[in-house]
Amino acid sequence: MVIEIRELTFRWQPHAPWGLTIKALTVAPGERLFIKGPSGSGKSTLLSLISGVTTATAGSVRVMGQPLEQLGRVERDHVRAHHIGYIFQMFNLIPYLSVLDNVTLPCRFSARRRAKARARSRSLEAEARRLLQQLDMNAPDLQRRAVTTLSVGQQQRVAAARALMGAPEVLIADEPTSALDADRRESFMRLLFDECRDSGAALVCVSHDAALESLFDRTLDLAAVNAAAKEKELD
Amino acid sequence: MMAILSLAWKSLWNRRFTALLTVLSIALSVTLLVGVERLRTEARASFTNTLSDTDLIVGARSGPVQLLLYAVFRMGDATNNISWSSYQDIVAHPQVAWTVPLSLGDSHRGFRVLGTSLAYFEHYRYGRNRPLVMADGQPFSDLYDAVLGAEVADALGYQLGDAIIIAHGAGQVSFAMHDDKPFRVVGILARTGTPVDRTVHVSLEAIEAIHIDWHSGAPLPGLSVSADQARTMDLTPQAITAALVGLDSKVATFRVQRFINDYPQEPLLAILPGVALSQLWNLIAVAENALLIVSAFVVVVGLFGMLTALLTSLNERRREMAILRSVGARPWHVFALIIGEAGFLTLLGVVAGLALLYLVLILAQPVIASRFGIFVPIHAPTSGEWRLLSAVITAGFAVGSLPSYRAYRLSLADGLSVRL
Repeated sequence: MVIEIRELTFRWQPHAPWGLTIKALTVAPGERLFIKGPSGSGKSTLLSLISGVTTATAGSVRVMGQPLEQLGRVERDHVRAHHIGYIFQMFNLIPYLSVLDNVTLPCRFSARRRAKARARSRSLEAEARRLLQQLDMNAPDLQRRAVTTLSVGQQQRVAAARALMGAPEVLIADEPTSALDADRRESFMRLLFDECRDSGAALVCVSHDAALESLFDRTLDLAAVNAAAKEKELD
Repeated sequence: MMAILSLAWKSLWNRRFTALLTVLSIALSVTLLVGVERLRTEARASFTNTLSDTDLIVGARSGPVQLLLYAVFRMGDATNNISWSSYQDIVAHPQVAWTVPLSLGDSHRGFRVLGTSLAYFEHYRYGRNRPLVMADGQPFSDLYDAVLGAEVADALGYQLGDAIIIAHGAGQVSFAMHDDKPFRVVGILARTGTPVDRTVHVSLEAIEAIHIDWHSGAPLPGLSVSADQARTMDLTPQAITAALVGLDSKVATFRVQRFINDYPQEPLLAILPGVALSQLWNLIAVAENALLIVSAFVVVVGLFGMLTALLTSLNERRREMAILRSVGARPWHVFALIIGEAGFLTLLGVVAGLALLYLVLILAQPVIASRFGIFVPIHAPTSGEWRLLSAVITAGFAVGSLPSYRAYRLSLADGLSVRL
């Protein structure tokens, strides 16, 4: 399992009456999990917990078998650097870096991903070009342009290439299509799926967009999870 | 670490225009700071070398600073004179190599007139043993010849051959004129940046000649001696104001000083010019220190400019920090990113400031030397200047640590969520 969550409780404040409660959640290698839920249902919190930026109040979150709650902050940062690719909703790119520098960015912080990227292609740059090509960003002038002049769709594809760089085992996408036009969303997701399948990465995607749900293997409805937890608490 | 440095550099290059302004303000303040420090050191060196190679200054007994003021700086008045016979005893002392008599009390249009001997032109030294040089003409030879300091000639527009009238007393405006005995300009000295520039030099005998028919500061009524009549009279002075003394060997300095200070016939005072000049400088060192403090504050202002720029940019860069965190950067990397920028800007400012300083020095050196007589040498930074520079760099890092720590806290709090 790439992600294993057991008896997770998270409280925003130490004595808040309720928070995020997940009894069990596992994600297998290459699996595609869709997480839905209204605002405030804890979607961002769950992503923060998996990426090791926040820790659980109780229970366990394991990424690649490593129990995050038992690791120090620096070690959790290492787990994220080595094993997780992250795609934000929008503004994914660092404005002062070129397209290629943006894509190779994760390799600056993880020797593991650097080595994996080099194993796949001759150089980091070649691997970045390959990923961009897979994501229909192969025009040479696109790769040379300042990232701020790219369209939102192009930026998201560069972000996807960056998240896939060095083949991390988990890809986390936080509303990756919300900035795209409706007709572009599905094609973007399909590109992402192809690449995840190619590198064997599991995809955890949070979205409001119910239309995407059918493309995934499995759905986690946080609203239902929370309601069940509350009911149990009331019993 | 290299990853972060190259990121810091690319980020900075992206904001190169504002970064350039920051570097410029630091550079200018560094130029000012080191420039002031160097000028200060040289001004001190130049001041304490207003008179060099003279072993002792001798005058009537008063205070060392007062003697220095009137004998070297031509400021204020002597309380008393040295009698000619006492002076002759000093001249005759076996360890004394040379003496230069100084007789003060008259002036010409606000500039002091100094009665002296030809030994003055031979033995007077200033700066690093630089002798007096005639810019024009030669030392006085006739009784009514005068040699002007550079500033006197400049300010009053005198040339060789011009006639000048000496006024009695030292005031700017004097009503008692020695107009019966006019002097002729025979020489003009090159600029020295010392009080010599503001002095009119005549011979001791000439001072005696213009006062021969005077008594107690006024012409004697009914007695008038013409200029030519005076030539035939005995013009050996009764007294002089002060004397510069050179010795055969520096080792004898204290012995000769004691001889003069213990001279039984007359209360005399001998001082070491270097020591007295340093004492005098310490009196005015307050102003010099104030100047350094002001330029240090200019550096502080420059660094605060950088602090403002960094803090302002932080909010716009919160997204950038979140992206970096998402690809595995640790909060420590975020701290290094900002402090690296601050350190780099400061370092660049210091280097640019030094480059600017040397450029200014190369251009201004001749002007400063001729206008103020301060020769500012162009050399690598001294250890004192290195201390100032490293203090600036340290301060740059200290100032940078503030926004860096803030960015560190923000990136911990924000995590991967970005609040805009």
